[in-house]
Amino acid sequence: MAEEKKLKLSNTVLPSESMKVVAESMGIAQIQEETCQLLTDEVSYRIKEIAQDALKFMHMGKRQKLTTSDIDYALKLKNVEPLYGFHAQEFIPFRFASGGGRELYFYEEKEVDLSDIINTPLPRVPLDVCLKAPKEQQKAEATEPLKSAKPGQEEDGPLKGKGQGATTADGKGKEKKAPPLLDGAPLRLKPRSIHELSVEQQLYYKEITEACVGSCEAKRAEALQSIATDPGLYQMLPRFSTFISEGVRVNVVQNNLALLIYLMRMVKALMDNPTLYLEKYVHELIPAVMTCIVSRQLCLRPDVDNHWALRDFAARLVAQICKHFSTTTNNIQSRITKTFTKSWVDEKTPWTTRYGSIAGLAELGHDVIKTLILPRLQQEGERIRSVLDGPVLSNIDRIGADHVQSLLLKHCAPVLAKLRPPPDNQDAYRAEFGSLGPLLCSHVVKARAQAALQAQQVNRTTLTITQPRPTLTLSQAPQPGPRTPGLLKVPGSIALPVQTLVSARAAAPPQPSPPPTKFIVMSSSSSAPSTQQVLSLSTSAPGSGSTTTSPVTTTVPSVQPIVKLVSTATTAPPSTAPSGPGSVQKYIVVSLPPTGEGKGGPTSHPSPVPPPASSPSPLSGSALCGGKQEPGDSPPPAPGTPKTNGSQPNSGSPQPAP
Amino acid sequence: MAALAEEQTEVAVKLEPEGPPTLLPPQAGDGAGEGSGGTTNNGPNGGGGNVAASSSTGGDGGTPKPTVAVSAAAPAGAAPVPAAAPDAGAPHDRQTLLAVLQFLRQSNLREAEEALRREARLLEEAVAGSGAPGEVDSAGAEVTSALLSRVTASAPGPAAPDPPGTGASGATVVSGSASGPAAPGKVGSVAVEDQPDVSAVLSAYNQQGDPTMYEEYYSGLKHFIECSLDCHRAELSQLFYPLFVHMYLELVYNQHENEAKSFFEKFHGDQECYYQDDLRVLSSLTKKEHMKGNETMLDFRTSKFVLRISRDSYQLLKRHLQEKQNNQIWNIVQEHLYIDIFDGMPRSKQQIDAMVGSLAGEAKREANKSKVFFGLLKEPEIEVPLDDEDEEGENEEGKPKKKKPKKDSIGSKSKKQDPNAPPQNRIPLPELKDSDKLDKIMNMKETTKRVRLGPDCLPSICFYTFLNAYQGLTAVDVTDDSSLIAGGFADSTVRVWSVTPKKLRSVKQASDLSLIDKESDDVLERIMDEKTASELKILYGHSGPVYGASFSPDRNYLLSSSEDGTVRLWSLQTFTCLVGYKGHNYPVWDTQFSPYGYYFVSGGHDRVARLWATDHYQPLRIFAGHLADVNCTRFHPNSNYVATGSADRTVRLWDVLNGNCVRIFTGHKGPIHSLTFSPNGRFLATGATDGRVLLWDIGHGLMVGELKGHTDTVCSLRFSRDGEILASGSMDNTVRLWDAIKAFEDLETDDFTTATGHINLPENSQELLLGTYMTKSTPVVHLHFTRRNLVLAAGAYSPQ
Repeated sequence: MAEEKKLKLSNTVLPSESMKVVAESMGIAQIQEETCQLLTDEVSYRIKEIAQDALKFMHMGKRQKLTTSDIDYALKLKNVEPLYGFHAQEFIPFRFASGGGRELYFYEEKEVDLSDIINTPLPRVPLDVCLKAPKEQQKAEATEPLKSAKPGQEEDGPLKGKGQGATTADGKGKEKKAPPLLDGAPLRLKPRSIHELSVEQQLYYKEITEACVGSCEAKRAEALQSIATDPGLYQMLPRFSTFISEGVRVNVVQNNLALLIYLMRMVKALMDNPTLYLEKYVHELIPAVMTCIVSRQLCLRPDVDNHWALRDFAARLVAQICKHFSTTTNNIQSRITKTFTKSWVDEKTPWTTRYGSIAGLAELGHDVIKTLILPRLQQEGERIRSVLDGPVLSNIDRIGADHVQSLLLKHCAPVLAKLRPPPDNQDAYRAEFGSLGPLLCSHVVKARAQAALQAQQVNRTTLTITQPRPTLTLSQAPQPGPRTPGLLKVPGSIALPVQTLVSARAAAPPQPSPPPTKFIVMSSSSSAPSTQQVLSLSTSAPGSGSTTTSPVTTTVPSVQPIVKLVSTATTAPPSTAPSGPGSVQKYIVVSLPPTGEGKGGPTSHPSPVPPPASSPSPLSGSALCGGKQEPGDSPPPAPGTPKTNGSQPNSGSPQPAP
Repeated sequence: MAALAEEQTEVAVKLEPEGPPTLLPPQAGDGAGEGSGGTTNNGPNGGGGNVAASSSTGGDGGTPKPTVAVSAAAPAGAAPVPAAAPDAGAPHDRQTLLAVLQFLRQSNLREAEEALRREARLLEEAVAGSGAPGEVDSAGAEVTSALLSRVTASAPGPAAPDPPGTGASGATVVSGSASGPAAPGKVGSVAVEDQPDVSAVLSAYNQQGDPTMYEEYYSGLKHFIECSLDCHRAELSQLFYPLFVHMYLELVYNQHENEAKSFFEKFHGDQECYYQDDLRVLSSLTKKEHMKGNETMLDFRTSKFVLRISRDSYQLLKRHLQEKQNNQIWNIVQEHLYIDIFDGMPRSKQQIDAMVGSLAGEAKREANKSKVFFGLLKEPEIEVPLDDEDEEGENEEGKPKKKKPKKDSIGSKSKKQDPNAPPQNRIPLPELKDSDKLDKIMNMKETTKRVRLGPDCLPSICFYTFLNAYQGLTAVDVTDDSSLIAGGFADSTVRVWSVTPKKLRSVKQASDLSLIDKESDDVLERIMDEKTASELKILYGHSGPVYGASFSPDRNYLLSSSEDGTVRLWSLQTFTCLVGYKGHNYPVWDTQFSPYGYYFVSGGHDRVARLWATDHYQPLRIFAGHLADVNCTRFHPNSNYVATGSADRTVRLWDVLNGNCVRIFTGHKGPIHSLTFSPNGRFLATGATDGRVLLWDIGHGLMVGELKGHTDTVCSLRFSRDGEILASGSMDNTVRLWDAIKAFEDLETDDFTTATGHINLPENSQELLLGTYMTKSTPVVHLHFTRRNLVLAAGAYSPQ
């Protein structure tokens, strides 16, 4: 202790020089040095005495600052007339002047013209004291957040840590429900102000945006869930939409695929929030989403990264936006359609953009496919053939063409199945659609079979995929914690919960025209066709390549859809696939390898909780694991557009169950 | 001012327990009789009986600014008298007595003088014989060995023969009247030109030591102590500070200014850091002339610094001083220190550090020996109607748990008498009115819905922020049912808010009231004037910052205390001031209603706490004994005791019945700013500027816990309704919650600890801390637990 209180308690006194100056100002010219000394001692002592008393008033006044009134009260204690006229809110600095060998400190006291004071308009009356209590209902408006001090708790160490967390959580929960029954504050609704965010909202916004683009998938899921369900986000909407559009702008330039996906998922979550109405912000959101569909390049390595999934996802978003917000006055849909068509028709459009345009159009619905895509199938088929069959120009083009082809097949087949009468003739198709004909034909056949099957099981009407399938993620958090149901939700508009998964042909050279093997994962609930499909796809052996993927029974606790994989081909020898029309259908239960970060498969495997996955093809997953080596936080593959590369014996991988 | 402060009766006034349900201000008659002068005296022989005179006091008597003025106008002066010490033994006793007598004579207070003389009959001849009161017996003349024997003998017995209290009180009366601000209005305050008696008091410093030797003496002792065995060193180190102070004061008094300065320079760094504030005062004190008015100096002089030292250590010291023939130091030890010697092991450094820090050292052991009835009074039995709708209400509110068994337990608890409780009629309490009963029923109903708190179930905190207060919020109180909040402000206003949807209405004008049908059922509704309904009522009346506010338990009244020296009673029916209680001449820092209403206590800069009844304009009791401002006052839940916290860094517990100080708690290192009793009445929690909260066992008079965590003054403390949680609010903008159950659970109150007062505090603040909650920039001025255990906190936002 001796060290810390080595502070100097020296008996400082005023310089006797001051006494002289004061004396002179009073008109006493000659004052003896001895007198000065006595005076300074006395004055210093009294000043200290008064200052010590004044401190008492400061403490009792519960302030941290000494004020002039404290001095006054201290003087009053001593029965001394208080000083008048020193009531200033601000600190009054001493000025310094020197000259003639003298040094002086003084206040600046300006002479004030009385008429000036009289003529100046009165200042505003200061606000009166008011009492404010947090209105817990609107927790965002609390002026005085009594936040548990996080650092302190951490200091508490492991001993307390656990209990602490629990208690604070308890406390919070109570805080919300307690006030109404407690004698607390009067509950008044505050007029809605859009542009002011309370500190809580700011914190929330910060947390959410950070979590959405951060690296922790569990946090992101939580954040997205919050965006999708929290009823109080209206005030933050402008910030979110700006955040997204700016984010897309920046990340497209930098080809940061992961972030683009995160941002699109935010859009999705915003769209899903029933309490938000985005119409005022679609002007900001649409360009961002469109960019993610048609941008020439979205990732650093277009040959390996699965930017197709992003395009699909964004395309579905656009379709959803159109559906919700398109009116005859704003013409959103027609404008979007025009944009897509224009870039598709253009000969020079790269395959990526082409893919995006088609996907965008295709998601807009059957009518759009019928009127805009089908007529161009022949032309497009030629273009694809020229790339696929022609001299190998660039691998990227080839992949692009490949994707476009499967995309077209996927989307057109159901439409054609509806449009055309049953007998499907390869030649007729070839005649009508050119080089894509045979493939189309087999897809249509499959589509019909699918439809028939559907009819047996469910009271279905159509086999086509009309619903937007918005969930892009296969994000399986490493821990099998409870997942947020929000991510699983598919809009209630789904008439038929059927998903067709087209496995791409293996791009291996020996199979120039690979067999169109098609897997259909169907799920349907017996109770209501429109219930969301919840598929739990877990994996058993993710790391060892797709071929080893063994079937694992999927558990779908909530809705209990039937999960099946329908393969047109007897899957064992993939090459036999072309004989599609007559092939036996097999139902298999598919197990999926986890996505990028879920490579630690075993952890996620036993999870009984449905991960927020929707029907990705088994191959896409396995492709990921087997060949692509995506970075940990890269987006999961899109459903429906599996990608395989050479090493993949494609359709053979999922072993069909008899 | 019966200023004799000590464990014995410092109260001026005797209470009549059997009397009507009011505490009469006792000596109405006596006071009138002798209140000839400004300083009214309850004659020592007056009706009160055990007035000041009986107080022997170990010397912390003088409050330099006692309430001389009270009396001036009042015919029945309640202010106590400069009392005479009964014991005439010591020479300087006589001297102080002389001083008092002389003062009385000067002030024309013949009767008081007479009374005093009578009281001190023993001294009469001496008084008559001795000439100038200023003459002093040089203490140094006494034989050392004789002194030694006195010191050793002085420990036991309540009537410790020490003197100075009386003298001090005399002196203080003078200084009070001389400097009292209200002088012009006073009849009796004779302007005293000079204060010979003060010099008499000071003259104890008149020792003729060689000033240049002081440093040598001190460093010699220092060397001796530092070289002593470890076990003794800690104990003997306690000597440093009081010796330092007194040696310095001697030097100053004898006008060896330069020596004094260099002595201070040299040794002030050795003192414990918690004496800093006092050292700062001392450092500015360099002239003899300054000593006269300096209160701190007077405190040192008039009260003996109490040290607890084991017999072994004491013998060691005694031997050393005798060997060295170091009379200078020995004289100081004799004159100014009170050494409380105990047998057994010397205490450890931690044990000592926990207890020291007050202005006058530790409390003497016997000061905390008297019995305290800390139990709760029996609750009157009220039948609680258990209607079904109430239960339904519970269900609606989502609290399906019916705590029937608990309800029963409440009933049974109140039936059997707590062995520690005072007799029901120990002090007269007001009778319950019908409205009070209704309120009690409400309270019980709420109790059944109370949340059981614990480490796993922390309360929610609702913070009421005062906006635009411009740093002017000085006091807050909340009614027991949490329906009203009052704020005292630096602009002299008191503002009352309703925090329920029910607005505040005042009663109609008299002319309108006469029109009301008095037979109607809703007459209570009808008398209210709807036009006056508002959420906020402002009460104007004070002329200085309002430092204390307290609602009466029935919510009909509000008390406020202010810098202007008054306590005001406001009606919450009419929102007007009913009474201004004048008694304190200096700022009144705090006031509080008794939990049963009717009585209230106030404490202020004049260093006394006063007990009042709302229907008496003069105090019923004056609790004098603190050596510095009384910062906060609280009633014990059973209303029989009052606790006061002071700037002298002690907490005292006073018996309302007889005005005795029954407990002195030392251990805080800074002025005490908050107090609270546990709901069961057994414990007391105190918070000070040092940021620590200390917990005390009232029954045993021991410190039982220390809660460290706050970084600034603890402004507010409150136990939860069932006493499971202690909440503390501080100037450091945090509310902290502590586990009170755990803090009090395994108390080692074995006989040994009780007997010796040696405490071992567990270092478990961090384990007891359940939560820290920060505000943005709002010091937490007030805390309150609602009947259902929600915490309400209040403070004014202070922009940085």
